[in-house]
Amino acid sequence: MALTTRPEQRPTQAERRPSIALSFWQSTLGKKIVMGVTGLIMIGYLCVHMLGNTKIFFGPEEFNAYGHWLRVMGAPVLHHQWGLWIARVVLLASVILHGVSAYQLSRRDIKARPQKYVHTKPRMSYATRTMRWGGVILGLFIVWHVLDLTTGTTHSGGFQEGHPYQNVVDTFSTWYGNVIYIVAMLAMGLHVRHGFWSAAQTLGAGNRTRDRALKAIANALAIVLTVGFISVPVGVMTGVVS
Amino acid sequence: MKLTLRVWRQQNADSPGAMATYQVDDVSQDMSFLEMLDVLNEELILKGEEPVAFDHDCREGICGACSLVINGDAHGPERTTTCQLHMRSFQDGDTIDIEPWRAAAFPVIKDLVVDRSAFDRVIQAGGYITAPTGSAPEAHATPVPKADADYAFEHAECIGCGACVAACPNGAAMLFTSAKVNHLNVLPQGSPERETRVLDMVSQMDAEGFGGCTLTGECATACPKGIPLFSITAMNKEWLRASRKVKR
Repeated sequence: MALTTRPEQRPTQAERRPSIALSFWQSTLGKKIVMGVTGLIMIGYLCVHMLGNTKIFFGPEEFNAYGHWLRVMGAPVLHHQWGLWIARVVLLASVILHGVSAYQLSRRDIKARPQKYVHTKPRMSYATRTMRWGGVILGLFIVWHVLDLTTGTTHSGGFQEGHPYQNVVDTFSTWYGNVIYIVAMLAMGLHVRHGFWSAAQTLGAGNRTRDRALKAIANALAIVLTVGFISVPVGVMTGVVS
Repeated sequence: MKLTLRVWRQQNADSPGAMATYQVDDVSQDMSFLEMLDVLNEELILKGEEPVAFDHDCREGICGACSLVINGDAHGPERTTTCQLHMRSFQDGDTIDIEPWRAAAFPVIKDLVVDRSAFDRVIQAGGYITAPTGSAPEAHATPVPKADADYAFEHAECIGCGACVAACPNGAAMLFTSAKVNHLNVLPQGSPERETRVLDMVSQMDAEGFGGCTLTGECATACPKGIPLFSITAMNKEWLRASRKVKR
């Protein structure tokens, strides 16, 4: 029996199928995977960053020594500050890829419903609804945070290179430093709560049996990261760190 | 029951359209939602007005023709199709808002009727198995494990009504596409085209102008057939696997 399932003249789906890299960037699924992977990289970084921050409760010597170690991290294999710069490059690439994908996907999502419903009702959890604006707030916060405590450009008082303990105390001695930081950390917690669970689904790791565990991990990550980060300004405000 | 209906009226795809208000006085609690609309239309015809256009076919909840976003919910407050929704779900004196599915990929044809042929094109991209058809094959020729058969059937329940797209805040068709992909990909009959199916259906889904998934879960809540949200997770997994394996 002769069996022709596809007309000969037309290009087949296989011929029209783009390369892996292109199909990743062109597809909504591929862009979501980019967001999931970069998001997990950033969550991993946040965990390390938060743990490092808690060293501030053990005094200026230990905190400043930790700050110095970050610059010699990986030595003697890596040259001075190379470890730090590798981390910075990876993080910058993650933030950019995450943000660009989110922007492009959001544009697409808004275009996919040009006419809104007349009858609308509040839907979705708060964390889910605030992903987009929360992400923008976090992006702006990162810029301020780097200008404040890495370069010292917008730092209040005298920024001292190599004395992170004093710089942190200076920042959290101002009311706006505390407000910006705490608001951003609450936004971060909400973002991580929906983001971690979503990343697991996007990367195909979720299923019925694992769902409770994944949701529990997402909630635990959100709470531990938020509390851990906010403990530093609270420590300065209450005088535990001074 | 006496009801106030606010219905989306739109002459054709190019005209703007607006909500119109109607009173329906003679509604029984035992009527289905579509029978209630039939009553409205009979009154409109008697008055010499144009009846409200809406999609319907089997009225048994199995064909996927009926649609309607009722008070902001796709297929209304119960987890079923609009044809199987009964007026006992509403109170006497209620005001009910009735709108069409809203998505760029589902343009309004008239009133509450939308063009869902984007779904057909997603199916044409790979939602089938390529096999010689003829008389039914010997049932025992291809053994299917019970768990796989159950999984396939759970996803095969999708009737393609489009409630997932209507409910999704991004107008995404992920739940529909994933139901079709998972239904065929788990079965031995579907496995020869397992990789190309998911890649081609997803790229067609994107080409139709549906939005992307933000995992809000609105689709699975609205789905009258209970397709689970993890169907999307499973399709993501299939897509990742296919991206690595498919020959280009």
